[in-house]
Amino acid sequence: MRMGRRIARTLRRTAIHAVPTMLGIVVLDFLFLQLMPGDAADVIATEAGSATAETMALMRERFGLDQPVLTQLASFLGHLARFDLGYSPRFNASVVDIIMERLPNTVLLMVTALGFALLVGIVVGSVMAAWAGRWPDRILSVVVLLLYSMPGFWVGLMAVVLFSVKLGWLPNDSNMTIGSSFTGWALIADRAAHLVLPALALASFFVAVYARLVRASMLEVQRQDFMRTAHAKGLHPFLIQLRHALRNALIPVTTVAGMHLGNLLGGAVVVETLFGWPGMGRLALEAVLGRDFSVLLGVLLLSSFLVILANVAIDLLHAWLDPRIGEA
Amino acid sequence: MTVGAERTDLGSRPVGRKGRRLRAFLRNPTFIAGLAILAVLVLIALFAGLISPGDPQDMVAQPLLWPGDDVQYPLGTDSLGRDVLAQLVYGTRASLLVGVAAAAIGLAIGMVVGALAGFFGGWVDTLLMRLVELFQTTPTFLLVIVILVIVEPTLPTIAVAIGLASWPTVARLVRAQFRSLRESDFVMAARSLGYSRLRIIVQEILPSALPPVIVAASVMIANAILTEAGLSFLNMRDPNVISWGGMIGDGRDQLRNAWFLTALPGAAIALAVLSLNLVGDGLNEILNPRSDQ
Repeated sequence: MRMGRRIARTLRRTAIHAVPTMLGIVVLDFLFLQLMPGDAADVIATEAGSATAETMALMRERFGLDQPVLTQLASFLGHLARFDLGYSPRFNASVVDIIMERLPNTVLLMVTALGFALLVGIVVGSVMAAWAGRWPDRILSVVVLLLYSMPGFWVGLMAVVLFSVKLGWLPNDSNMTIGSSFTGWALIADRAAHLVLPALALASFFVAVYARLVRASMLEVQRQDFMRTAHAKGLHPFLIQLRHALRNALIPVTTVAGMHLGNLLGGAVVVETLFGWPGMGRLALEAVLGRDFSVLLGVLLLSSFLVILANVAIDLLHAWLDPRIGEA
Repeated sequence: MTVGAERTDLGSRPVGRKGRRLRAFLRNPTFIAGLAILAVLVLIALFAGLISPGDPQDMVAQPLLWPGDDVQYPLGTDSLGRDVLAQLVYGTRASLLVGVAAAAIGLAIGMVVGALAGFFGGWVDTLLMRLVELFQTTPTFLLVIVILVIVEPTLPTIAVAIGLASWPTVARLVRAQFRSLRESDFVMAARSLGYSRLRIIVQEILPSALPPVIVAASVMIANAILTEAGLSFLNMRDPNVISWGGMIGDGRDQLRNAWFLTALPGAAIALAVLSLNLVGDGLNEILNPRSDQ
C-alpha cells in the first residue's frame, strides 16, 4: 500500500521534473548540433565522389536542410510530439527504425556488462571488507586499483590478443558469426561467445568502482547500532553481512550505478567500434562522422531518456532497500 | 604538496593537527608511491627532448622490431620504423598536458557554478542545477566527440572539450560544501563584519570547501587522460602530436603480429592513471580523515 503510494508519487514528481528537462535537452542539442561544420548532403556528395550543385540543392531541399534553423527546429519538435524522430538521409530510413534496430544490441551489451560489474564488484568488495587489512584484502585491492586505472578498451584489446589471437577461444568481431544459420542452442552459444569480450571491456572499469565502493560502505556499516543488535541476537555472521550490511551498502552502489548509465553509453562508443558491435554507440559515432543530425539527435535523446528512467528505477529500488528513505 | 602550502596560508588550524597531517602524509606508503611515480612522469614529460633527442615521428630503423631485438631501440619500432620508446616519452607530455589542462578547466567552471548555486540558493540554484542536470543526462564522451567535430581536434581544443564536459560533478560537490558551510558561525561572523559577498565566497568559504575538490582534481586528471586515450583511439586527435591513445590506435592493426605496440602505451596510461588514483586516495585519507577509519 505504502509502496504503491510511493511509486505513484515518484512517477508524478519525475514526470513534472523530467518533461522540461527533456525539452531543454532537445532544444539545446538541436542548436548545438547546428554548430557542426558541413551537413549530410556534403558527406554523401564526398562519398559518392561526384555531385553537381543542383543535386546537392535537391538533396538539401528534400531533407529540409535548406530551411532556416528555427523552422527546422519547429518541424523537428512537431514530429517529436508524434514520436517521430525524422528521416535519415544517410541510411535512407526513418530514425526510429534505425535506432530500434540497434537498441536491443546495446541494451544486451550494457545489461550484461553492468550486471557482471555489479555481481563481481559486490562479491569482491564484500570479500575485501570481510578481510579488511589482511592479505586477501591487500591482494584484491591491488588488482582492483589496476583495473580502476586501465582504459577499458585497452583491456579489451589485450583480451583479444589472449583469447582470440593466441588461444583462438573467442571471436572478436561483430555480434554473431556472419553468414551463419544457427538455431536453438547453437544460436545462443554463438551470440554469447561474441558478447564475452565486449562486455568484459566495458565492465572492467566498473567492476573496480563497485568493489571499492562496496568495501568502503560495508566497513562504514559495521559500526552502526543495528549491526551490534544483530550480533547480540545471535544471528549467523554470514546472514548479518548479507541481510544487514550488504543491504545498506547497496544504496550508494546503486546510486553510482545509475549515474554511470550515461557514461556507459559513452564507453560503448569506443568498445562497440573496437569490436564491430552493431549498437547505439557505434551508430552515434557514424552519425557524427556522417553529419547525420537526425540520427545523432535521436541517440542523444534516447540516452537522456534512459538516464532519467534509470534514476526513477533507482529511486524506487532505494525505497525498497531502505523504507526510511523518502518517508519524511 | 601544494595542499600543505595552502593549509599553512590559512593558518586557521591548530599546530598539533597540522603536524599530525604532515606525519600522516609520510606514513602513507601508497600515497608516497603514487607521488613518486607521478614525479618521474612529470620529469619525463619536462625533459622529453633530452631523454630522446630528435623527432619521435622520424623513421629511425627497420619497421616492427620487437623489444630487445636491437639495444638501440629497447622497446622496438612500430610499422613505420619509429622508435617506440621515444614515442612513449613524448606521449607522456601530451597525456599529462591534456589531463591537467582539462581538469583545470573543469574545476574552474565547476567551482564557479557550484559556489554560486550553493551560496545564493533560490532561483540561481534552481537554474544552475537544471543546467548541471542537462549536462549530466548527456553522455559525456559523445558530447566531447561532438565538440571535437565542431572545432578541429588539437591538443588545446581536446583539453577544452574534455574540461567542458567534466565540470558538473565538481559543481555538485562544491555546491554541497557551500550549502553546508554558508550557515556556519565563521560565515555569520564575516557577514556581520560587513564583508562583501565576493570576499565571503572566495576568502571565507572556498578554502574550507576545498579538501574534497582537491581529491576530485586528481581523479579528474586521471579521467581526462583516459578520455583522451579513447578519443585518440577513435582518431579524434592532433595529427602532429604523439599521444599514448594514438599509439594504441596505430598499433591495433598490428595486433596479430606485434601486440607489444598496443600493450606498451596502454601500460603507460595505466601507470599514469594509477599514480593519480594513489595520490587521490592518499589525499582523501589525509584531508577527510573520517572517511576511512
